[in-house]
Amino acid sequence: MRTLIDVDPGEIRARVAHYVDDGWRLAHLVGRDLEFATELIYVFLRHHDGRHECRVRLSGPSPSIPSIAELSFSGGRLERLVRDQLGVEFLQHPEPRALLRHGHWPKDVFPLRAGPLRLEVSDDAEPYPFLTVPGPGVYEIPVGPVHAGLIEPGHFRFSVVGETILHMSARLWFVHRGLERLAAGRSTEEVLRLAEVVSGDSAVAHSLAYLLALEDATGVTVSPEVTARRQGLLELERVTHHVADLGALANDVGYSVAHARAMRLVESLQRLAQEITGHRLLRGALSVGGAQWNYEPPASLFPSLSGEVSSLAEWILRHPVVRDRFELTAMLSHEDAARVGVLGPVARASGLKTDARVEHPLGLEMPLRTQETGDVRARFDQRVKEALDSLDVLSRLVAGERPQARGSDGAATGEGLGVVEGWRGAVVHRVALHEGRVSRWAPIDPSFFNWPALAVSLADTIVPDFPLVNKSFNLSYAGNDL
Amino acid sequence: MNLVSALVQAILVAFGGLLLVGYLAKIRARAEGRRGAPVTQPLREVLKWWGRESVRSPEASVLSAIAPTLLLALSLVSAALVPLVRVPTSSGYSLDLVSVALLWITGSLLLALFAMDAGTAFGGMGASRALTLAALAEPALLVALGGLAVVAGSSDLSRVVVGELRHPAWVISPSHLLIAVALLVVVVTETGRMPVDNPSTHLELTMIHEAMVLETGGQDYALVSLAEATRLGFLFSLVTTVLFPWGVAQGGGLVALTGGLLTLVVKVGVVATVVGLFEVASAKIRLFRVPELLAGGVVSASLGVLVAVVSR
Repeated sequence: MRTLIDVDPGEIRARVAHYVDDGWRLAHLVGRDLEFATELIYVFLRHHDGRHECRVRLSGPSPSIPSIAELSFSGGRLERLVRDQLGVEFLQHPEPRALLRHGHWPKDVFPLRAGPLRLEVSDDAEPYPFLTVPGPGVYEIPVGPVHAGLIEPGHFRFSVVGETILHMSARLWFVHRGLERLAAGRSTEEVLRLAEVVSGDSAVAHSLAYLLALEDATGVTVSPEVTARRQGLLELERVTHHVADLGALANDVGYSVAHARAMRLVESLQRLAQEITGHRLLRGALSVGGAQWNYEPPASLFPSLSGEVSSLAEWILRHPVVRDRFELTAMLSHEDAARVGVLGPVARASGLKTDARVEHPLGLEMPLRTQETGDVRARFDQRVKEALDSLDVLSRLVAGERPQARGSDGAATGEGLGVVEGWRGAVVHRVALHEGRVSRWAPIDPSFFNWPALAVSLADTIVPDFPLVNKSFNLSYAGNDL
Repeated sequence: MNLVSALVQAILVAFGGLLLVGYLAKIRARAEGRRGAPVTQPLREVLKWWGRESVRSPEASVLSAIAPTLLLALSLVSAALVPLVRVPTSSGYSLDLVSVALLWITGSLLLALFAMDAGTAFGGMGASRALTLAALAEPALLVALGGLAVVAGSSDLSRVVVGELRHPAWVISPSHLLIAVALLVVVVTETGRMPVDNPSTHLELTMIHEAMVLETGGQDYALVSLAEATRLGFLFSLVTTVLFPWGVAQGGGLVALTGGLLTLVVKVGVVATVVGLFEVASAKIRLFRVPELLAGGVVSASLGVLVAVVSR
C-alpha cells in the first residue's frame, strides 16, 4: 500500500526529519519537469512494506527548495543528482558541487527538463575538485578511468603515505547513457528493455522492480505461479553473481585456481538460466504480468549446487594466506554503514538488518542474515550464506511450494513504485504513466547508495589491497550512472 | 672455446628464460583447467613488440632510450659468465659470487630508474615496492652465496661448483638445504613470481614488477621483456646449478657440452615445475608480509652458513 501526500516546500525539512526519526529510509528522490511546475517526489521505505511518498511542486523558471542533506547523507546525494538533472536549487546544501554532471556538459543544459536537448559538449573546462591532502610525504596515485583490465570506467584518486591510504576520491559518472530521458514517452514494453540494461548484471532485479512499479500503477494483480517464477529468477541471478564474486575475490588475491573452479560453477548456473529463460543473463525473461520458466530443473539439482558452493567457499577459506588477506581488511563499521545508508550484502556484512526481501516481501519468505565484522571476510561469508539461501528457495519453488497471492490494491493511479532486493541490494523503480505510455521512469540502483561507503572503508587500508576491497563491494558503475 | 661457449650460453639463457616464462604460465593454465597458450608465447610476443614503434613519455629523459638495451646487455653478460653448462677451463671466464650479486642489483636499480623516468604514478609505485623488496632480498642472496663460498674456500663460481661436485655429501647436508630455501625465496621475490608478485594480474594497484613496465611499449618493451626473461632464466639456472651441480661439463668436448646442456635443461625444468606448482597453490601475500618472508630467507641462509662453518 503506497501513500502519497502533498507537502509544501517550506515544510519538507520537518517532514523528512519526522520520517527519518521514525525509522524510514529516504529511498529515492524523483524529479520531473511538468512544464508548468517542477515536481519532486521523496520516496520513503520502511519494514512491513511501508511506502510513503511526499510530493512537492515547485513553480517558476528557477525552482528551489530547502535541502535535507543534513538529515540524510544519501538524501544529500540524491539532491545533487536532481540538481544536475533538472536544475532545481537545494538551498543551504552543505556540498553543492556537481555529482552526475561532467565538466564538459554545457552549463545551462539539464537532461530531464522538457523540450529539446542541446547535445554540444566542450572540453572538460572545470577541473574536478579532488581533495588535496597536505603534509610531508603525502603523494597522489591517479588510477583510471581506463584500467588495465576490461572493467567499467571509474577514476580513483588516492592520497597515500608510503602504502597507506589516507583518502580516496572516486570520480564516476563516465557512462551516462541518458536512460531516463530515453524512456520518456515510450511504450511500457520498450522501457522494460531499458530496465534490463540499467546494469547488465542485474537484468532480473531491475526489470522486476520496473514491472512491480508498472503493475502498481495499472492495478494488475499477479498470480502466485508467476510470483514464484519471478522469485526463482531473481534468486538464480543472485546465486550466479554471488558465486562469481566468491571466485573473483579469490582471484584478486592471486588464487586463480579457485577462480577457475568458481567460474565452472557460474557457467553451469548460466546454462541453467539459458535452459529456463533462453538467455544466459536472464534478459527477456520477465513481462507484464508474466515470467518465463521453460524448463523444470530436477529437484535434486539445487541441493547438489548448494554442496558445491559450500565446498568451494570452504576450500577458498582453507588457504591461510587467503584468510590473512580477507580478515580485518577494509572494515566498514556498523555505525559508518548506517550513516552512509549502505544497502544489500555490504550492509548486512556490517551488521545492518536491511533486506528488501524481508521489508517488502515477494514470494516465499527468506531469512535475514548478517555478519558482525564488516571486513572483506564478512562480505565473503555473507555472499556464501545468501547464495545458499537462494538455492534453498529455488529448490522449494521447484518442489512446488507457492507464495500467497500478492499484488496491488487494484487502484490504477497511473503512478507506481517497485522495490526488489537485487543481488547488490534494494533496487527501487518509480513509474508514472500518461495515456498508456511511460512519462517518467526513475530507477535507482543500490550502487548509488553504496559507492561512498567504499571510500569510508578504505581508511588505514594499503594501496595494493584496494582492488580486493573494491571487488568485495562489487558496485555497478553503469547502474550508478543512468 | 671459452668465449664461444659463453656467448652461446648467454643466448641459450635468454631464449630459455622466455620458454621458462611460457612454461610457468602453462602450468598455471593446466591447473586452472585451461589449455593455455603455447610455451613459445612469450617469444612470439617479444617478436611482435619488436615490430612496433616505441612510444615514450614526453617527460622521459635519455635514460628511457638507453635503459632497455643496457638492461638486456647486463643480463646477457651475467648469463654468459656463470658456469651453467660447463666449468671454464681457464680463469677469467667465470664470475665471482659478489660480482653476480652486484650485476643483479645493478639491473634492478636500472629497471627502477627506468620505471620512474616516465614520470607516472605507477612507475614510481612499482619501483618503490621493487626496491624495498630488493633491499631485503639482496642480503639473503649475499649471505647464501657467501655461505657457499665459505665452504668452497673460494668466491669463484667455478670453484664453488667444482667443489660441490667433489663433495656430494655437502650438497645434501642440512646447511646446504637451508641455503637452498633462502635462494628459492630470493628467486621467487626477485623474478616477481607468486606469492610475492602476480605476473598475470590486471590489477594495476597490486603490481610490483608489471607496474614498472606499464608505460613501456613497442621495441622498448620487447627489449625489457627479453632482458627480464634473461634475468629469470639466469637466476633459475644459477640457483639450480649451485644447488644441484651434477651434470655440469668439466671438459670441452662436444659430447660433454651436450650432456651439460641437457642436464641443465632437465634440472631447471624440474625446479621450474616445483616453483610453478608452488605458485599455483599459493595466494598473493599481503605486501607488508613480504618482508617477513624475506627475513625468513635471511635467517635460513644465516643458519645454513653458521651450521656449515661450525661443522667444518
